[in-house]
Amino acid sequence: MRHLLETKNLARADALEILDVAEDMADTQQREVKKLPTLRGKTVVNLFFEDSTRTRISFEAAAKRLSADVLNFSAKGSSVSKGESLQDTAQTLQAMGADAVVIRHGASGAPRTLATSGWITAGVVNAGDGTHEHPTQALLDAFTIRKRTYGADSRGRDLTGVKVTIVGDILHSRVARSNVWLLNTLGAQVTLVAPPTLVPQDVSAWPVRVLFDLDDAIADEPDALMMLRIQLERMNAAYFPTEREYSRRWGLDARRLAALTADSMVMHPGPMNRGLEISAEAADSTRSTVLDQVTNGVSVRMAVLYLLLAGERGERNHDERGDAR
Amino acid sequence: MTEVFLIRGARLEGGDAVDLLVEGGVLAEVGRSLSRTGATVIDADGLVALPGLVDLHTHLREPGYEASETVLTGSRAAAAGGFTAVFAMPNTSPVADTAGVVEQELALGETAGFVTVQPIGAVTVGQKGERLAELGAMADSRARVRVFSDDGFCVWDPLIMRRALEYVKAFDGVIAQHAQDPRLTEGAQMNEGAVSAELGLAGWPAVAEESIIARDVLLAEHVGSRLHVCHLSTAGSVDIIRWAKRRGVNVTAEVTPHHLLLTDELARGYDASFKVNPPLRREEDVRAVREGLADGTIDIVATDHAPHPAEAKACEWPAAANGMVGLESALRVVQLAMVDTGLLSWGDVARVMSRTPARIGRLTRHGTPLTAGQPASLVLYDAAPTRTFSKADLHGRSVNSPYLGRELPGEVRWTLHDGVVTVADGTLLDEPGVRT
Repeated sequence: MRHLLETKNLARADALEILDVAEDMADTQQREVKKLPTLRGKTVVNLFFEDSTRTRISFEAAAKRLSADVLNFSAKGSSVSKGESLQDTAQTLQAMGADAVVIRHGASGAPRTLATSGWITAGVVNAGDGTHEHPTQALLDAFTIRKRTYGADSRGRDLTGVKVTIVGDILHSRVARSNVWLLNTLGAQVTLVAPPTLVPQDVSAWPVRVLFDLDDAIADEPDALMMLRIQLERMNAAYFPTEREYSRRWGLDARRLAALTADSMVMHPGPMNRGLEISAEAADSTRSTVLDQVTNGVSVRMAVLYLLLAGERGERNHDERGDAR
Repeated sequence: MTEVFLIRGARLEGGDAVDLLVEGGVLAEVGRSLSRTGATVIDADGLVALPGLVDLHTHLREPGYEASETVLTGSRAAAAGGFTAVFAMPNTSPVADTAGVVEQELALGETAGFVTVQPIGAVTVGQKGERLAELGAMADSRARVRVFSDDGFCVWDPLIMRRALEYVKAFDGVIAQHAQDPRLTEGAQMNEGAVSAELGLAGWPAVAEESIIARDVLLAEHVGSRLHVCHLSTAGSVDIIRWAKRRGVNVTAEVTPHHLLLTDELARGYDASFKVNPPLRREEDVRAVREGLADGTIDIVATDHAPHPAEAKACEWPAAANGMVGLESALRVVQLAMVDTGLLSWGDVARVMSRTPARIGRLTRHGTPLTAGQPASLVLYDAAPTRTFSKADLHGRSVNSPYLGRELPGEVRWTLHDGVVTVADGTLLDEPGVRT
């Protein structure tokens, strides 16, 4: 794998490979000594143009547990309005010898621009770009769904027949986009539930069903219900009238939680707005996978960095994979 | 004083081959088997002769943004593309909203000498959309401004737009509107539709253009004024213009070469070369604007030539500047999209790229017929070759063309501006009329 920019063009076999390697990585994380020597001597740069402590430390933990050297580069603000351009930043990292760049950027497409511009030779991992994609989030979500569904028997399986419903601000959500493509590639049936204002104007090409009513969606007995974080500033742009109305119509409250089937799971990418899109009952219930998602996030990101760096230029072989097992 | 030329065997607007004798800046004779001792003979066998092209929508960036373009470099780019006149949009710094600035631009154009540079005046002071600029002073100035536009900014306030439409009737002016509802396009990055949904780029909906055009044609009808719609880009806009013309509204419309050829699918790689305002639209919009141009609903092709320095494009898509250079490629793209597809004849091309834009802008010495006694502003074009468009084809200061690496037909062989050669045998001259 040269880069991980999006799930839209991630083939089923490649997605399954990442998930299966992540299973190997998860196994190693049960050991007393969690650190592997696999990426010793490799340099991973976390290039974050937006604040995201959770995603950054997840990538940092993943890289460190593979023994890579980690540089954290926080470059808040857009390239044009404040100081240095993306090109100059990228070339600086290249000059320092970065092997992989994990980029979080407020501009949709910035990771692709970085990967295709010729400014750097490092592999690029998209850690969330604007309202475009967040591929490692979708991979950890798929990993979590698979693990909850199939347990120790997860390896090699896809998500055929699994019903996943994603609820909230689809329009501005990179998590939703990455999940739509990946879950579909893995065979899941995806339903989106949102206020009509927060669905993109033309989703006719998306392999999804769109509903506006959360109760209808719950009556359809989804296996996984994924609640997205709602940004309160959307209220001011007339996407919905008030916080309370949003919560009443699209929030996962105790009543809706009780209406879910026995073995369905409740997911949230975090950070949660308790009492808004998700109630405390739902967030803290045994259905909730929120903390599993955090744990699995490290394993999935270890897998991605491993496949990007140890796998590059045909160096990867089964002995090395053995390291990870 | 000027050189005498005998152009042999040019196909007049793609029709019959004739000879043209150019002397003293005018077409002295047009006919078969002409001869003239001492004339420089131009072998135009197989070349299409068109009246010099007129671009109603060019950004020359001077004064203020000389890193992107100057009147001289933009004039050279225009000549290379077969143009003999360009209308310069007023979004310079300072904005061309006074007689002083438009006269300065006119003078810069005269000094450069490659094409006629006709300034467009801003409608409102500083293009801010609040108070009318001194339109009459610009009309009465040496620049004789007849076209007014806040291009880049829509004259959004309906009352200001109404007043502007009314006011310019006093001197036969026209308001050229950049139709874009500002509220519906806040933060907009590309056409709103299936592609923007996938790419996560904020959408620029077609309705933001169409609603302003609908309002403006009704205003123009109400006050009996002349309206010109800049760079129309959607199928719905074509329908509205068609409807307005049937009602007898005095409206003209333009389309850019890029909206005749390119679609929003090109945004997929986040390559900001394809970022432009109004944005590239869907395939069905491209079809509709082609049909609109073919059936006369759309009156003209104008380039919206918008030079930007490399750093304004070599960055994240949302941070990149809108705009494409287009002067050097315009005729070739029109050939590809309209002539080679059978939608327009060369005579139609002369109409939409020369005669009608000159008439809309009230330029009397351009867009004139290629007949004896008329100004010798013309282009000799070879429609036969197809070549890869490259930076070597660009002669302005910026290279933000969306066509680099693309196969385009045609080649401008000769351009004459008022009898003075600017392009000779496919080569742009360093100085007008001076061949080494």
